[in-house]
Amino acid sequence: MGSFLNWITANQQIIYIVILMIFVGIEVIGHVPSVLHTPLMSGANAIHGVVIIGAIIVMGKAEHDNYLALILGFLAVVLGTLNVVGGFVVTDRMLEMFKKKKSPK
Amino acid sequence: MELNILTLCYLIGSVTFILGLKMLSNPATARKGNLIAAGGMVIAILGTIFLYTDDAGNKLHNYGWIFGAIAIGTVIGTLAAKKVKMTAMPEMVSMFNGMGGACAALISIVEFNHIAHNVVPGFHQTYIPDGAKGILLIIIVGLIIGSVSFAGSMIAWGKLNGKVKDFSFKGQHIFNIVLLLVILGLATYLIGWIPENSSIVFYTIFFLSLLYGVFFVFPIGGADMPVVISLLNSFTGVAAACGGFLYDNKVMLTGGILVGAAGTLLTILMCKAMNRSLANVLIGSFGAKPTGGATTVTSEGSYKEISLSDAAVVMSYAHKVMIVPGYGLAVAQAQHACHDLEKLLEAKGVEVKYAIHPVAGRMPGHMNVLLAEADVSYEKLLEMEQANEEFPSTDVVLILGANDVVNPAAKTDTSSPIYGMPILDVELAKSVIVNKRSMKPGYAGIDNDLFFRPKTSMLFGDAKKVLQDLIGEIKNL
Repeated sequence: MGSFLNWITANQQIIYIVILMIFVGIEVIGHVPSVLHTPLMSGANAIHGVVIIGAIIVMGKAEHDNYLALILGFLAVVLGTLNVVGGFVVTDRMLEMFKKKKSPK
Repeated sequence: MELNILTLCYLIGSVTFILGLKMLSNPATARKGNLIAAGGMVIAILGTIFLYTDDAGNKLHNYGWIFGAIAIGTVIGTLAAKKVKMTAMPEMVSMFNGMGGACAALISIVEFNHIAHNVVPGFHQTYIPDGAKGILLIIIVGLIIGSVSFAGSMIAWGKLNGKVKDFSFKGQHIFNIVLLLVILGLATYLIGWIPENSSIVFYTIFFLSLLYGVFFVFPIGGADMPVVISLLNSFTGVAAACGGFLYDNKVMLTGGILVGAAGTLLTILMCKAMNRSLANVLIGSFGAKPTGGATTVTSEGSYKEISLSDAAVVMSYAHKVMIVPGYGLAVAQAQHACHDLEKLLEAKGVEVKYAIHPVAGRMPGHMNVLLAEADVSYEKLLEMEQANEEFPSTDVVLILGANDVVNPAAKTDTSSPIYGMPILDVELAKSVIVNKRSMKPGYAGIDNDLFFRPKTSMLFGDAKKVLQDLIGEIKNL
């Protein structure tokens, strides 16, 4: 119990961020029209690609003889990039079509 | 000083993510929102590469590897995203989501080996600092969620493009629950007791999590796939946030939790549209069981077919035609043919509109994206409530490969698995033409009474081919 409380105290900043972000996340998309559900899902998908930063740190910290970290880190960076780049490009392609619709109107 | 600039980069990143998501929820600003979020991501990534220092003040190395990996990922990602057909978009999202999940799981594996190797001399026998336990917890949470998300997304991807068939066995729910309990039990054991052979336990958790991801999505029918992908999307968000915990990295934390929360809300919104509870989807019960009883009951009823030329005549001389697009339209890639038909009818003075059910197709909003691709005007797309108001003044409803979203059983049959789902009241119109490939039940596996009603006539065939033939017939009139 004591260690748990210590852990909370040590990480309180992070815990605050988590709680606030949960509310922000819910609030921000609360009024999305159903038309935009697919692009929104795709856009959110690209944003969680931020996990790539962790992969970059793993990769950048790996010692030259630590092949496990190098190989897995390399793979992680490739996959993370796929998530980010693919996600944003696909979302843009979807939204481009909506845009085209609006101009002649 | 450099560290401060990095903090600023992360701050910018976090704000752009929130702003981007906000703007994505509005049709007028959506595209800009996406670009803003992408810009923030680039700043955060470049900042990390060039400015990150660890506690001892060391900068990152292995730049060659990092840039190589980013280059590979960028080329493949861009090509895949540019080449993919509009109809295949949902499975692409699922695929990219899986990549993110795998990335999170790999980070956990590397970090586990990091502590296991460096701390291990005193790791399991003597002093275990509280901090190490906290880190271990986060690593394992990231591992489990990332792996489930990866394996689940891959199965969802396979299902959507037809490579993986629905599969379930008796007692699968119980099997899934037991599997999940075993995973959680092992995780508790690993963190709480830190056994000597901790890496065996760790990799067992990894393997079982992958297995769970597979069995989690396997029995779920295609009708629920959008919900599953959205849920896995928010899972990956949480897995990314675990990375934020691990490195005390605020941008990963904000981005991850933001997506986790928004994704969960989106999942719940989708469940509501389909009248299913999230718990129901989670346990994966929408398999063969509830549909088995309903399939055989009315399938022998009589239906009438309509010939192409008759359909052409009926539609050309109508005042108002309402098109109900569904999954069949997406599969047949018939959106352009559909738009051609619309233009042709309009030229003959027929009013043509589209009735869009919120969960038509494979994802909410899927139909809007498809029809937008074919240049169908925005104001012709009616949402369900509007469409239901206009059906009574409609002469012909043309249903293109939609089934469950127009099934009257959702209103009348309390035993039906889709009972209570809001549907399009196509029967209020004067006549209904249904285009389907065969009399087989729809994606939810339930028979549709609508096809046997007197107002309804069937027009069998692939949606694209039927539409093209229909256009030909109307031109010849």
